[in-house]
Amino acid sequence: MNVDALTDALTGLYPAERLLRQPGELAPYESDALTAFRVRPVAVVIPETQSEVIATVRLCHQHEVPFVARGSGTSLSGGSLPVKDGIVIALNRLNRIVKLDPRERIAVVEPGVINLDISKAAAPYDLHYAPDPSSQQICTIGGNVAFNSGGAHCLKYGMTSNHILGIKAVLPDGEVVQLGGESTEGVGPDLVGLFVGSEGLFGIALEVTVRLLPRPQQYHTLLAAYQTLEAAGEAVTHVVASGLLPGALEIMDRLAIQAAEAAVHPNYPNGAEAVLIVELEGEPEQVAEETKRLEQVIAASGAYDVRVAQDAADRQRIWKGRKSAFSAVGRLSPDYIVQDGVVPRSRLGEALAEIRRLGEHYGIRVANVFHAGDGNLHPLILYDGREAGALERAEKLAGEILQLCIRFGGSITGEHGVAMEKRDYLPHMYSQIDMDVMWQLRCSMDPGQIANRGKMFPSSMHSCGMPPALHFTGPHPLERAGVISRE
Amino acid sequence: MGTTYHPSTFEDVQAAVRECARLVLRGGGTKPALCTPSGDAEILDLSGLCGVVEYDPGEYTFTALAGTRVATVQTLLAAHGQYLPFDPPMAAQGATLGGTVAAGLSGPGRYHYGGVRDFILGVRFVDGNGQVVRGGGKVVKNSAGFDLPKLMAGSLGQFGALVELTFKVFPQAAAFTTVQQRCPTVEAAVEALYRVYTARLDIDSLDLVPGADGSANVWVRLGGLPAALPARAGHIRALLGGGDVLDGADESPMWNDAREFGWVSPGWSLVKVPITPRRITELEAALASIQAMGRYSGGGNVAWIATSAPVQAFDRLLSSLELPGLVILGPPGLARIGARTGQAFERRVKAVFDPAGRLPSF
Repeated sequence: MNVDALTDALTGLYPAERLLRQPGELAPYESDALTAFRVRPVAVVIPETQSEVIATVRLCHQHEVPFVARGSGTSLSGGSLPVKDGIVIALNRLNRIVKLDPRERIAVVEPGVINLDISKAAAPYDLHYAPDPSSQQICTIGGNVAFNSGGAHCLKYGMTSNHILGIKAVLPDGEVVQLGGESTEGVGPDLVGLFVGSEGLFGIALEVTVRLLPRPQQYHTLLAAYQTLEAAGEAVTHVVASGLLPGALEIMDRLAIQAAEAAVHPNYPNGAEAVLIVELEGEPEQVAEETKRLEQVIAASGAYDVRVAQDAADRQRIWKGRKSAFSAVGRLSPDYIVQDGVVPRSRLGEALAEIRRLGEHYGIRVANVFHAGDGNLHPLILYDGREAGALERAEKLAGEILQLCIRFGGSITGEHGVAMEKRDYLPHMYSQIDMDVMWQLRCSMDPGQIANRGKMFPSSMHSCGMPPALHFTGPHPLERAGVISRE
Repeated sequence: MGTTYHPSTFEDVQAAVRECARLVLRGGGTKPALCTPSGDAEILDLSGLCGVVEYDPGEYTFTALAGTRVATVQTLLAAHGQYLPFDPPMAAQGATLGGTVAAGLSGPGRYHYGGVRDFILGVRFVDGNGQVVRGGGKVVKNSAGFDLPKLMAGSLGQFGALVELTFKVFPQAAAFTTVQQRCPTVEAAVEALYRVYTARLDIDSLDLVPGADGSANVWVRLGGLPAALPARAGHIRALLGGGDVLDGADESPMWNDAREFGWVSPGWSLVKVPITPRRITELEAALASIQAMGRYSGGGNVAWIATSAPVQAFDRLLSSLELPGLVILGPPGLARIGARTGQAFERRVKAVFDPAGRLPSF
């Protein structure tokens, strides 16, 4: 590894204002939305063209220096946490919409394009880009691709991966590949599918072809209030059993509702232990028929207050409460950890009861906001980082919730990715053979492990070749070694 | 002629992979171009590895052994008002789940919610080293680890023999109706297709079927609650400038015929060609130079080309158009034809899963 030689070479590639090396300039890049972790990189480069990205990756490969690609830094799992002695490749300026073909319903975009900007560009043609993570106003498509981001509409429309048709990428050793194309169909293995969600370990997407969908003509957005969280969960089971396929099925518990009320005043019903948001969408005639069925199901579900959005502003208000829930929780607590484990839908009630029990056991408040339709939980574990031992207790509780998701037959992450945050839990979900195979895949794409080093795989899996036996207890080894720190 | 293995357990599959120098994988045998050995390869017939392992309708998921027939699963799902949204082709002929995934095939209904790659959640396979590898999970949403389930869609057994699969399913539409409009030319039909393709409507299937006389039909299928269907069909007719509305027994056979490839002349090859609507006219024109028939499905995103021409000739034709192709029906030996992308990436994957080259290569 030769960091100095790399930075010298980068000087030839970038003007001073796009090669950051001063501590003050580097500070904003030290962490992402998982703020508990913080690492200062050696340098940050800000490429403006694809060829600059390729040249940078080739230099990193040549000098064996690790790099981390970064968009807007919204990863909740520490996906864009820098590596000490490595560089950050900040992709925000690589943000051209290369092509938007409304007839073919595709857009070709660079990785720094903001998620919502694709839908904005497509709106004049009555099209949109369907995946809608809560951070869609700032998160970039490159990050969405790396982490297979989700959102509130995944049950019906799928995740990021289901909307990506083609990727031009630079692999960590500098080879440029074109995966997929413009069609929704392909021949041969789904290489695009493998690249999406690879958490930056296979290199950097330079150009992404996304499919656009026609915007639904009509929405029917309903908010139902319940006296217990379990009753709201039961209602979801009944909606699903009725044969309806809503675009969204979301639940917020009392604590999350309080936070949302304090922050954005969505005016949810008073005294609710839980609210359920159900959204039907599509052609007016079909929505009208589905609404009749939904009303019957909700009427029988024990909701004590049911509100239906009367217009677009009403609908926006309901969604604003939901989409701002994460940031709103900041009003209840100085710090919090967001989790995104998944459980089978039929075990939602059990899982929530268990989370409540764990919260009481640890004496920690947990707010719940979740994609009920696909069993994707978002417990927000509230703590005060200034209190001694509070973060450790919160992390311990978070770990127990992940174990619970695995025990129930679910997953440790539905849409945020493994990255730093959950890397020591991945081996709990998969066997040693599964882990080894994934590791070998990583090494086949990146023998020197320079792309997003340290993410997804547990800390014990270091050099290429057969990994050593896994162990996952105690503090993070990098932390122990003083390489990373938290605040 | 080599041995044929008939495994009934994962261990049997592992043993066969470890024993053989070169294997051809076969499920229901409905796609002979992909599962017929040429040379000294031995056959691993996975059709005995069958049965549904887990199905809870409330979860919208099921898990089954890979040799399970698609038709068996469809019957089970239908009893609970559910279906496989990617509309697997060749089910009536005995296609298996594993074969459908490995070939990466979806039927006309894939237009609505996505193809086979969009509905596969979890996978277990025996790789070229004889190990059982698991990827993905059993819940509808999961982003932990590399997405090996998607990688298996279309993999043609190159990375492993699929042994168990988990899928996401959806509630089946209560009723269907189809609007069929005849257009005087393919160009006019493509324009009509675009009008439907870009409209703010929920379409189940959208196919373009050229006729022998230069005309072409556009088929638009709608699914949903019966009370809404007549009005919705009216919107489609308005977009198409008319058209026949077909219901029930008048419409389901045409879609069955499409997904079973009943329209392909016996003895002809059948090739899947990913495409976009923009290139339909160009491909149709190119087909005029050989004896071939094309159909365009999934909103014009896939062409199914039946041809009596030698596969080599069709390979050249596709290459000249820079289009990829997969031979489904036809002689073995040349399955992936035409243009290719991503080889460098694919080679790296192959080297991990099958370093000794025991599994098929396409």
